[in-house]
Amino acid sequence: MAAPAGIRRVDEAVWELPPTFRPGMRVPVRVFATERLLADMDEQVLTQAANVATLPGIVGHSFAMPDAHWGYGFPIGGVAAMDVATGVISPGGIGFDINCGMRLALTNLTEEEVRPRIRELVDALFERVPAGVGTKGFVRLGESDFADVLEQGVGWCRRHGFATDEDLDRTEERGCFAGADAGKVSARALERGRNQLGTLGSGNHYLEIQVAHPAGVADPALAARFGITRPNQVVLMFHCGSRGFGHQVATDYLEVFLHAMKTQHGLAIIDRELACAPFRSREGQNYFAAMQCAVNMSFANRQVILHRVREVFEAVFHRSPADLGMDMVYDVAHNTAKLETHRVDGERRQLLVHRKGATRAFGPGMPGLPAVYAETGQPVIIGGSMETGSYLLAGVPSGAAAFYSTAHGSGRTMSRTKARKQFSGRDLERRLLAHGIYVRAASYAGLAEEAGPAYKDIDAVVEATEQAGLSRRVARFTPIGNVKG
Amino acid sequence: MPYEFLDDGVTSDVTFHAWGGSLEELFAAAADATLNVMVRSVESVRPLETRSASVEADELDLLLKRFLDELIYRKDVEELLLRATEVHVDAADHRVQAVLVGERIEPERHELVADVKGVTLHDLRVERAETGWHAYVTLDV
Repeated sequence: MAAPAGIRRVDEAVWELPPTFRPGMRVPVRVFATERLLADMDEQVLTQAANVATLPGIVGHSFAMPDAHWGYGFPIGGVAAMDVATGVISPGGIGFDINCGMRLALTNLTEEEVRPRIRELVDALFERVPAGVGTKGFVRLGESDFADVLEQGVGWCRRHGFATDEDLDRTEERGCFAGADAGKVSARALERGRNQLGTLGSGNHYLEIQVAHPAGVADPALAARFGITRPNQVVLMFHCGSRGFGHQVATDYLEVFLHAMKTQHGLAIIDRELACAPFRSREGQNYFAAMQCAVNMSFANRQVILHRVREVFEAVFHRSPADLGMDMVYDVAHNTAKLETHRVDGERRQLLVHRKGATRAFGPGMPGLPAVYAETGQPVIIGGSMETGSYLLAGVPSGAAAFYSTAHGSGRTMSRTKARKQFSGRDLERRLLAHGIYVRAASYAGLAEEAGPAYKDIDAVVEATEQAGLSRRVARFTPIGNVKG
Repeated sequence: MPYEFLDDGVTSDVTFHAWGGSLEELFAAAADATLNVMVRSVESVRPLETRSASVEADELDLLLKRFLDELIYRKDVEELLLRATEVHVDAADHRVQAVLVGERIEPERHELVADVKGVTLHDLRVERAETGWHAYVTLDV
């Protein structure tokens, strides 16, 4: 894409489109990107970010992160904060896969110790963590149990032996958004989600065994604070969300909002995927309560998966998870709207921050961080494509300029259909194996869609977040084993 | 195969164009397109189980969306892969009735591809042309 007329460079990796870019914009659009990433960005990102800038109650800017790409309503990589009194809540600003997110856990094993067992480990993980189309998890839940999961998140897991106190502490919002109300969720959503706890899903969801090579550790002191202390240390990273449950919540409320926009709130519809309702309206509050159920379901899903992963390592290495040092680093949510207090023009205001395909990245000393990360800033987990590696970053004080938000991954550059035509899953599997990455995929066609060239350059994305002052590099990880949903 | 997958849709998901001489054919084609995102061959899905579907909506394109939502819902809840037969569309009242025929997911036998999780409203269109009906649908996967 050629940079549109009117875009202004504010800083090295910060660009701004003024409200005159299109009618109705209430605030400017701010894009965080290097010149190259901006040039490669879908044109739709700016159009969609400009649409977001028209939403009632938006505060500051409509943001696009360096990995932004074309989404529904909001771009993926879009961030917008709304005034709680005058602003709206929009399912399109959160996404269908509510609280799709990343989790990173440690081991005290090294690459040399794990490589000889990699097939055994990945095969066992593939067996124990169901992935792919229409899979069911191992946790059997009655209807009222599932409602408890939705309202309690990781707290439910703690009470049922799937989580430690430390896991709870090291999950964003302690693994539970407090305003969840299962009574605001449809029967259909409950039915779709009840059997899915402990499943990875498909698409871009995966579970990886990765290595922190010394050359990839950008900040050894900070890495040590996050538990990366030895050369070639093995870590576990996975990406998944609220499965069919979150999608059904989004689907249900999109229709409710479209109807209410026309009949009650007199709001103009620019794009049906940008349906919204005043946050303080009945529809807005109901969706907020239901959305938080999906957030909690997703935190619980990743927690139950971590429990399974620990069991697999215990079985393969005949050592307990505690002995293997399988502590969590952190768990971050990507697709959420959350009430947060931020300073705007010198005044502290409560805002509803929509982050869609973006990660919260609190700086050092911010309330809400566990004591262990009070000085370091929040760990941020960035998943790259299988072929390019992933990152651990940390939140920084200058993140305040974007309500403490940063990128979430590398972002696609190619449609799934095109990737499937261009790449073969079997070829990719062989190529990965030649590079020392053992993959088990629920679907080989699905694997082809995740080929490295279908994604933006993760190194460039991470560098841009650093240049833009959103987060800083701690360590880079290289995969050696992957379970692909 | 009265549908095609489009290369230039939303990068994270799948967009298809389906067509038919009638709305009934269009709805059946769109159901097959949705199924084909999940399994490599729709022909591999045998007609072993039958379900009935009855859906209504405010508008014709939303009717198609809700109809496809029904297939996704049954895939998650009953683990069923389904094709649409005996489709009847009431274009004036925006209602559809159909018999859904298929079978339970068997990963060993069905070559599974990607899970369809939702039907988006992104540029969703149902249009009438001289030659019949066309729909453009983006699925969230």
